[in-house]
Formats: sequence, structure tokens, C-alpha cells
Amino acid sequence: MRTVPVGGADDDYVLERHVYEPHRAGLPKFGPYVRALWRRREFGFELSRSSLRAAHFGTVFGQLWLVISPLLLGAVYFVLVAIISGQSQGAEFFAHLLAGLFVFYFIAGAMTAGSKSVVGGGRLIMNMAFPRVLLPLSSVLTAFMRFLPTMAVLVVVGAIARVPIGAHLLLALPLLAFIVVFASGMAMVFATLQVYFRDTSNFLPYFTRMWLYLSPVLYYIDQVPEGLRPFSAFNPLFWLIGAWGELLVRGNVPSATVWLGCILWSVGTFVVGWLFLTSREREFAVRI
Amino acid sequence: MPSASDPAVEVSHLDITYRTTYEKVPTLKSALVRLGRRQTAVREIQAVRDVSFEVPQGAVMGIVGANGAGKSTLMRSVAGILPPTAGRIVVNGRVSTLLALGVGFNAALSGRENVVLGGLAAGLTRDRLEERYEEIADFAELGDFMDLPMKTYSSGMYGRLAFAVAVHMEPDILLVDEALSAGDAKFKQKAQAKMLELCQRAGTILLVTHALATVKDLCSDAIWLHKGQLIQQGKPEEIVEAYTRFLKVGESAITDEDV
Repeated sequence: MRTVPVGGADDDYVLERHVYEPHRAGLPKFGPYVRALWRRREFGFELSRSSLRAAHFGTVFGQLWLVISPLLLGAVYFVLVAIISGQSQGAEFFAHLLAGLFVFYFIAGAMTAGSKSVVGGGRLIMNMAFPRVLLPLSSVLTAFMRFLPTMAVLVVVGAIARVPIGAHLLLALPLLAFIVVFASGMAMVFATLQVYFRDTSNFLPYFTRMWLYLSPVLYYIDQVPEGLRPFSAFNPLFWLIGAWGELLVRGNVPSATVWLGCILWSVGTFVVGWLFLTSREREFAVRI
Repeated sequence: MPSASDPAVEVSHLDITYRTTYEKVPTLKSALVRLGRRQTAVREIQAVRDVSFEVPQGAVMGIVGANGAGKSTLMRSVAGILPPTAGRIVVNGRVSTLLALGVGFNAALSGRENVVLGGLAAGLTRDRLEERYEEIADFAELGDFMDLPMKTYSSGMYGRLAFAVAVHMEPDILLVDEALSAGDAKFKQKAQAKMLELCQRAGTILLVTHALATVKDLCSDAIWLHKGQLIQQGKPEEIVEAYTRFLKVGESAITDEDV
């Protein structure tokens, strides 16, 4: 007789006894869902690796392009700002611009890749049961791997601009963690939206471009245009990218209020994205 | 604790309802246009209604029924892809699926990468997958094509790879949804032999097919679904006979069909 390794009856995905019952309030059970997610993490990594491979991440020129392309973009905006403001900006501003731009493009990249992740995983979704959250999360990982080489550029530019160096830079790590959490939330929101509205990814570039101009990337956080100021607390990137730029370039340690704003926006967005996706994922198999 | 005497699949009072859209490609633009006209494109589908049955371990259960009977929906819910709206499904064993569209996941990736991704998504460990990989590649007979993007594959190659992956996942329960039509006559024979081998290892198979001859040849049990409801369960011969009578066509017209 076969001996079957058995866990609790609630382990829906991998263990050898599966019980499928209606979702309560439209949500899968949290515990088993997260356990299944953890067990399939290898799939998320592999998915990210294969999309990086497809983008020639493994080759020298592929890596080089990931550095050159954002640098060129930085140069474009640097010239743009110099023309519009009518005065030439210094190296410190260039460092600020790159710091913000790289993080912004990480978030935008996570959103764009995330929006394609569920719809693009069509056949897999129709054939296999696994936590769908893995698909957008894997896109975030991909975007993050593309973001990492740009940090090397930032270090060089920072050194040239003589940004303050010290222990305060360690705070960049938790701040980056919040940015990743925020990007994951956004990726999950757009992954789900794309299932219902397939033109979401067409609107996305306009949306992100607009968002870039509304966020403290092309200007310092204390230069936020007068008309925008009352609304800036509602822009998550005002907190996240604002704190990031101030910390890395000017060496200003974020205040408690800023940390709170970053935590609320990032965790809140993640929870909203998670609930949005998991409450809808049952329908994915019949909607795609 | 599942024991050897537990049925492999136990479906009780299963209801599956889902909402989907008429539109082939739903867009925000069309949603706004519809909103202006106060129309809706969402439709609720009661795909399966109060279906109960058991599949004993080692059985080969054939599922027959007209188009839209809810066969594929039933398979998806047994696979855990589409959770029930009401009722309960208990599955004792590792499930591997061979549903209509095969493993092909990302056509830009090579067959090898798709096999790895599919296996990991199915919950296999990397080591296990590495062990299995050669067997899968051999069985699918794809040769050098394994390292080419799947968009270069013919539909037969697609199907062969899908079948090879599904049967090599060491399933206790294999769900097959009319997927044997892939491949040429030779591969079809090989696929049938592999399924028989799986049965002998006390594997359980749920087979959705329109080829009634296959049901008679391969299955030990059968059910007949119609419009989401279970009409009859019994020996394959009885079910095929009843179903054919229902269809009001001569048996020869159908049994000549492809698997």
C-alpha cells in the first residue's frame, strides 16, 4: 500500500491531501495560501530569471545597457530641467535626479511588468493551481534585479558630487525595503486590473509619466510647486522618493513623520494589492 | 489521514458558478461605452450544479457529455484551479493536469525553460525536476527542439511535450482533458501505453473525452454530465450506451472520431 505524507487538511497546494471548499468572503484561507506561496518561491525566482535571460541580463552588453540607458535618461532630464529653470544645475542636483529617477523607474518597471504578469501567465493559470500572487511578485523581483546595477552608477555620481557619506546611509536599506513593498502592492493592483481591462497597460505609460512630474524627482522636495503642496501627502512617492533623495544626496535623516508616511503608504498599498488580487484570483482561470 | 481505502477523488454536492464576460478582449474603453449605454457584458455561468461522485483509487473515470456540460470546469475544480462555489472536493494524492492547452506557458522561452517553470509551479523541487528532465525530453521526442523557443514548435510537438510533462510529474491522479489528440498515430499509441502503465501503478485517471471508444477501452468507470448536472454514473458500457441513445446518433459516427 502506498504511504502518503500528509499535512493538515488545509494545505491546499502541495501536500498529498487536498480539500477544496468555497472561499470565505471570496478570499482563500490566508495561512495555507502563504505556506503554498513560500513553498513555490523557487518558481517565482525561476520565472524572474528566465525573463531576465530573455532580456540578455546575463551578457556583458545586456548589463551595460541597464546602466547606460538610465544614465542617458538622467542626462535628458538634466538638460530639460536646466532649460526650463533657465539656470545650469550642479553635480549635486544630478545625483538627486538620478537617485529619484532610478527608484522611480524601478517602481514603474514593477508596475508595467506586473500588469503583464497574470495575463501573460495565461496557460499556466489555466493548467495549474498555485498562488497567483507569485506572478506579480516575480515581476517585482525582475524589476529589482534591473534596478540594482543602476545603484553602482549612483555610487559613482554620488562620489563625484561629494554627497555626505556616513552611517546615515544605512537607513537607505529599510527605506528601499519600503519602496519594494510599495512596488509589490502596485504590481498586484495592476496585475489584477489588467485581467479586467486589457488596455490598462496602454494607459500605464501616460500615468507613470504624469506621476514622475508630480513627484520630487525633477525638483528637490522643498521645491514642490505651490499649487501641489496641499496634495503632496496623498502622493506616496512624495514620501518614499522624497525621503530617498534627501537621505542619499543631502544626508538628511528622515523625521519620524516621514518614516510613518512611508510605512503607511507602502504597507497600505501592499495590503490593498494583496486583497485585490487574492479576492479576484478565482476568476482568473475563466477570464483569461 | 488518507489511507489506501479512501477514494482518490471525492466530490460532494459541488456547485460551480462564475462570472465572466462576453467580450473577447475586455477593455476599459468598451466598459465605459457600455456604462454610457447602461449595458453589462458580465454573465453568470452555472457550470456545475449539485454534482456528487467518487473515484476509487486506481480507477479510470471517463467523463462524457455534450459541449457546455461542465466537464472542463469540473476538471479544473478537481485540480484546484477553480475553487467550488458550494460543496466540497477531497483529493487524495498528487494531481497532475493535462488540460486543453498543455504546458506551453511562454512561447518566447525554450521547451526546457517551460518544463522547468511548469514543474516548479506544479510544486516539484528542482532536484526532482532535474532527475525527471531527461525522461521528459526523451518521451516527448523533441531532440534539439527542447532548446528552441516554443513558438517554433508545431502543435503536435506542443501536445507531445505537454503530455510528457504531465505523466512524468509522478502523479497519483492524472486529469486529462481531450489532450490525447496531440501528436501522430505513433505518439498516440505511446501515450495510451503510458496511461495504462500509470493505471497499473495504482494511479487514478480522470479522462474527459468525446471519443466514446476510448471510454470503453480505457475506463473502468464513467459519468455523464449534461448542462452541469450529473445524469448517470456507472460502467462505461452503460454510460456510453445511454449517452449515445441520448445523442440520437449511431454509435459508429462517434466512435470513429479521434481520441
